[in-house]
Amino acid sequence: MGNKQTTFTDEQLEAYQDCTFFTRKEILRLHGRYRELAPHLVPLDYTNSPDIRVPLSLIVSMPELKENPFRERIVATFSEDGQGNLSFNDFVDMFSALCETSPRELKTIYAFKIYDFNRDSFICKEDLKQTLNKLTKGELTPEEVTLVCDKAVEEADLDGDNKLSFADFENMISKAPDFLRY
Amino acid sequence: MECLCAISHDQLYSYSSSDSNSSSDEEEESMSEGEMARLMEEVEEKKKLIANIRNKPWRMKRRLTHLKEAQEFVDKFEGALGKGKGRKWYAYKVMMTKKWIKFQRDFENFRTACIPWERKIKEVESHFGSSVASYFIFLRWMYGMNLVLFGFTFGLVVIPEVLMGLPYGSIPRKTVPRAEQDTAQDYSVLMDFNGYCKYSVLFYGYYNNQRTIGLLKFRLPLSYLMVGIGTFGYSLMVVIRTMAKNADVGGGDGEEGEFTFAWKMFTSWDYLIGNAETADNKYASITTSFKESIVDEQENQKDENIHLRRFLRVLANFLIICSLGGSGYLIYFVVKRSQEFANRDDLSWYEKNELEIIMSLLGLVCPPLFETIAELEDYHPRIALKWQLGRIFALFLGNLYTFLFALFDEVNTKLDEEQAIKNASIWAMKEYYANYSRLVNDTMVTPPPMDPADVIRGPCWETAVGIEFVKLTVSDIQVTYLTILIGDFARAVIVRFLNYCWCWDLEAGFPSYGEFDISGNVLGLVFNQGMIWMGAFYAPGLVGINVLRLLSSMYYQCWAVMATNVPHERVFKASKSNNFYMGLLLLILFLSLLPVVYTIMTLPPSFDCGPFSGKQKMFDVIMETIDLDLPAFMGTLFSYAANPGLIIPAVLLMVLAIYYLNSVSEAYKNSNMELKKKMQMARDEEKNRRNNTDSTNQVMKDLEDLLPNRSLAPPPEPEKKPEPEPKPAKTKARSAGNGVNLQKDVSLASPNPNARGPVSQPPGPRGHGPPGPGPGRGRGRGAPPR
Repeated sequence: MGNKQTTFTDEQLEAYQDCTFFTRKEILRLHGRYRELAPHLVPLDYTNSPDIRVPLSLIVSMPELKENPFRERIVATFSEDGQGNLSFNDFVDMFSALCETSPRELKTIYAFKIYDFNRDSFICKEDLKQTLNKLTKGELTPEEVTLVCDKAVEEADLDGDNKLSFADFENMISKAPDFLRY
Repeated sequence: MECLCAISHDQLYSYSSSDSNSSSDEEEESMSEGEMARLMEEVEEKKKLIANIRNKPWRMKRRLTHLKEAQEFVDKFEGALGKGKGRKWYAYKVMMTKKWIKFQRDFENFRTACIPWERKIKEVESHFGSSVASYFIFLRWMYGMNLVLFGFTFGLVVIPEVLMGLPYGSIPRKTVPRAEQDTAQDYSVLMDFNGYCKYSVLFYGYYNNQRTIGLLKFRLPLSYLMVGIGTFGYSLMVVIRTMAKNADVGGGDGEEGEFTFAWKMFTSWDYLIGNAETADNKYASITTSFKESIVDEQENQKDENIHLRRFLRVLANFLIICSLGGSGYLIYFVVKRSQEFANRDDLSWYEKNELEIIMSLLGLVCPPLFETIAELEDYHPRIALKWQLGRIFALFLGNLYTFLFALFDEVNTKLDEEQAIKNASIWAMKEYYANYSRLVNDTMVTPPPMDPADVIRGPCWETAVGIEFVKLTVSDIQVTYLTILIGDFARAVIVRFLNYCWCWDLEAGFPSYGEFDISGNVLGLVFNQGMIWMGAFYAPGLVGINVLRLLSSMYYQCWAVMATNVPHERVFKASKSNNFYMGLLLLILFLSLLPVVYTIMTLPPSFDCGPFSGKQKMFDVIMETIDLDLPAFMGTLFSYAANPGLIIPAVLLMVLAIYYLNSVSEAYKNSNMELKKKMQMARDEEKNRRNNTDSTNQVMKDLEDLLPNRSLAPPPEPEKKPEPEPKPAKTKARSAGNGVNLQKDVSLASPNPNARGPVSQPPGPRGHGPPGPGPGRGRGRGAPPR
């Protein structure tokens, strides 16, 4: 197609373009960023899809993620081993789900997974407490934390099990005006 | 199947004949109609999967494998499906679809690569959050729109006149009059857009009224009018399309306060922040916001003196209306003065530019004034912001329209003048010929035409109006840039360097660094665009000036914001405000349309300048074109269409259509409301059942009251229907959840004896049916655990 790049075959690029919300140029740029994190680990030539994983500590040092209170959870959610070590596939997947053009429904699903700290498919009060503490950097007193978590569950819980299932979460988020940027 | 995978991607697109041929030949006998249909369905399904695979929440590896499988399946059986007569056509269709999809994808890639300033905006976003970045995105959008308008104006009006029209100095309207020629090149005169500027392509007066010019017979007057109207049409289309797109993404609308805590927890973080200082600010503001909500939840709102509050609000509104009126009068006064000045010659720089200076100053001083007055009102910040925006909008609008009315006065004066000058110039022409023939002593010789610089010139009101708008725009630009330079940059420099030798901490205390004023800037942009729309018809060069202004603004403001501003302390997002600004833009577009259309329709064009000179009304150009250029039947068609007998029914039809659409949308809204109410009711019921409290719905309460008393009745039957028996006074006891025959969920939380801590016991059977809202933490009921 005119450009001589040897990172991916054309077939691979087309497949990535079908599977993500990115254009060809963006995928190549992503690979550049991925490689930047660990140049000695990640090869330039990805035509035979090597199975390389970049560890969590390097990924959360990216400027886009560095200040995010949920960075470890985000990376862990998208990693296959659950520990936060991302292969390039997972890396691209993560940014595709978080990018501007991905739809609200997809973001909701992943948001639920991110906020579910203990991975039991429910957001229970413990998960909420951890979320809150990350958001306020521990500035609230324990009683305030409990109050907020209780109120949040009370507001959103529909089926009465004192924790938020995906349906509860989705119902609550779908009405939120701030969930998407625009 | 393996051979298909090995083929390179390009070949996959083309219809591979040999392989599928052989396989399909074998299957030909075994395929029946039903199987074909089923296969077609499957292929369609796979195609849909391929189109939607990026929306599925799967791991990438799984997606890639499924994608490959689906693509292979489609490729294999698509060939098989194209059987019989339509085979070649089907294969061709398939190939064209593939090529089309590929083309679309490449075009999308190209388009995203073309968007300018993406990196710059992202940098601002990571430092200041998405609300500040939204201003720059809006600026970029405006730049795009203005670029298109500039393309139209330049390509269809300016270039033809320059290339194919008469050059400078050949006819009176294109030449500087003899009286002004000495000063025409002076810098001060050029800065006022007189002199050579006035008689150039920038303004209306330069254009010739020849019906066709050049070899190509380009119809310039027609093109001028069409471009003027097309500017508005294009802007309208673009603004409405963007508004519709924004409204689409808006999502559901929950009532304010429905999910306060849940939303605060899950949606308050701005994922685009990449800067440590901004992140710290964001943490602090989130914490504060939580604390505020907690306090709100716990205390009842103190019932402040409501009369005092009302009185203060009325007082504040009164003061603001006074200041709005005052500013309107000030502008009127200044415009009148500038008309007097026009007759004098010895003007200082201030007196020459008084009007523009006053208008810009008003725009600078009044908004902070409004903000201080608004302190009296004591509104929630989001509501206060809306009021502030509304007031600034009213201020700018009032100023603009006062300016317009004053301008109209001037135009009318000029029109009166014109009549006198017309007679004078005809008389002068006759005199010139008489003198010439007398000098040459021969009455048969035709005298050469008078030198263009000597012809008596009419006042040319259109160019005057154009000059006013251009001057206003330029001064607006200057004031904006100066404000940023002094208000932000100088302030930052002073705070930074004077801090070492000052008594109090300048950075934390009084001046400190400025914050980026989003709403002020956006409104400024919107009004600037309004002025451009109004002035573009009289000064085609104005759009070009605006394009340059937006371009330089982008770089200048990006630099200023990064170098001199700090992130907002109190970050709250007015998230739906994007459509609010678009709505303002739309309103301004209509308001700018009105004066221009009015002048086109009613005012007579100047007799000696511009593309419409010599006509009665400007739109006569269209009539002329219809008569002379289009075939005869079109003329009769248009005359039929312009018949009132046809127009009135058409208008009536449109009114009916609007009424119909309105009622349809009302019906949809109503059904929406009904559904929402149903959902809400179901939720409330679930909640109340869980909390062992009474139903809060009056209807349900009444229904429950009609049910037979369980404790009095024999062992309950499985199905209970509400019986309309009158029952004696019921105690609340029975109603606590048991009587509701809709109940399927048996596990109810037992009343928690200690009102502290969350419910940690497993739901047990109801021990006693006594009344009392349990430890229910319905809104505002019961003491919260502390």
